[in-house]
Amino acid sequence: MRRQALLAAQGAAVGLVVLLLALLAWSLLRQEGGNLAQLAARGERPRAPDFTLERLDREGSLTLSDLRGRAVVLNFWASWCAPCKEEAPFLERMWREYRAKGLVVVGVDAKDFRRDARAFARRFGLTFPLVYDGPGDILPAYGVTGFPETFVLDREGRVVAAFAGAVNGEEERARLRRAVARALGA
Amino acid sequence: MSCLAAALAALAAALAPAAAAAPGGERPSAADLEAQLVCPVCETTLDQSSSPAAERMKAFIRERIAAGDSEQEIKDKLVREFGPGVLARPPEGGFGLLAWLLPLAALAGGAAAVALLVRAWARARPREPAAPLDAEAERRVDEELARFEG
Repeated sequence: MRRQALLAAQGAAVGLVVLLLALLAWSLLRQEGGNLAQLAARGERPRAPDFTLERLDREGSLTLSDLRGRAVVLNFWASWCAPCKEEAPFLERMWREYRAKGLVVVGVDAKDFRRDARAFARRFGLTFPLVYDGPGDILPAYGVTGFPETFVLDREGRVVAAFAGAVNGEEERARLRRAVARALGA
Repeated sequence: MSCLAAALAALAAALAPAAAAAPGGERPSAADLEAQLVCPVCETTLDQSSSPAAERMKAFIRERIAAGDSEQEIKDKLVREFGPGVLARPPEGGFGLLAWLLPLAALAGGAAAVALLVRAWARARPREPAAPLDAEAERRVDEELARFEG
């Protein structure tokens, strides 16, 4: 009886340790998105995590994988983010310039009020598709830790390049254009 | 009798400001709400954060209080925007109930495991009585003690 109790206690302790390890593994897997940028920087093309999010610019939702066949500039932003304000007009120009060549710019507004995001879009005259992720549920999958961050995806939905921070300098904008050219050429 | 009347008057006077401050129900306090809601960017309560996102949420709370929303209505609106993670205190129902029950279950399980282990260790080996000293050892102890005391 005593031995059984001891075994039960040991089993419970081992079970607790296994549970904690599983939680740690789950947490690390959730942060795997941080690797997307690193893999893209090494010249690999990791697959971009799929998502379906509510649209801000019209009714309905947008699923990323539905855009296969077109290159995508995926921009994570929020209306309260100061550098996003400077970046938004450039993204709108990119959308207008490359739209006919098969590029879609998708703005993912996260950790923000819908009303503020729509006001931001009106203020900067944004006409590209905008989706809403208020709780920021898809951010860990992409490894997004701040705003803005931008990912360029090829026609197969794979990450060609990632940009942490605003694409506001001439050098960064040139790098984005080169990434878009690669994504369109895939 | 006059003492009772005076006490009642004092009680009424003490309650009067509270009644005046809450006409037709409880008016939520921005400070209370800021302590109960989490900034989605820095993940601390709003009263501990001055990030742009937190400041925007604080402004929203003040705006809704001025518009006459109840505390629950304001929380519901913020949950619709930012998800249930915006609540510092998880909901006491549905999936949120797990956040309350799991720590209690872990505590109870830990206490049970400790109790079982302590019982098992206590019963593991009864303490054997110390072996009596032989004559030689007893003589040496007596000598040492005598020297110590002398």
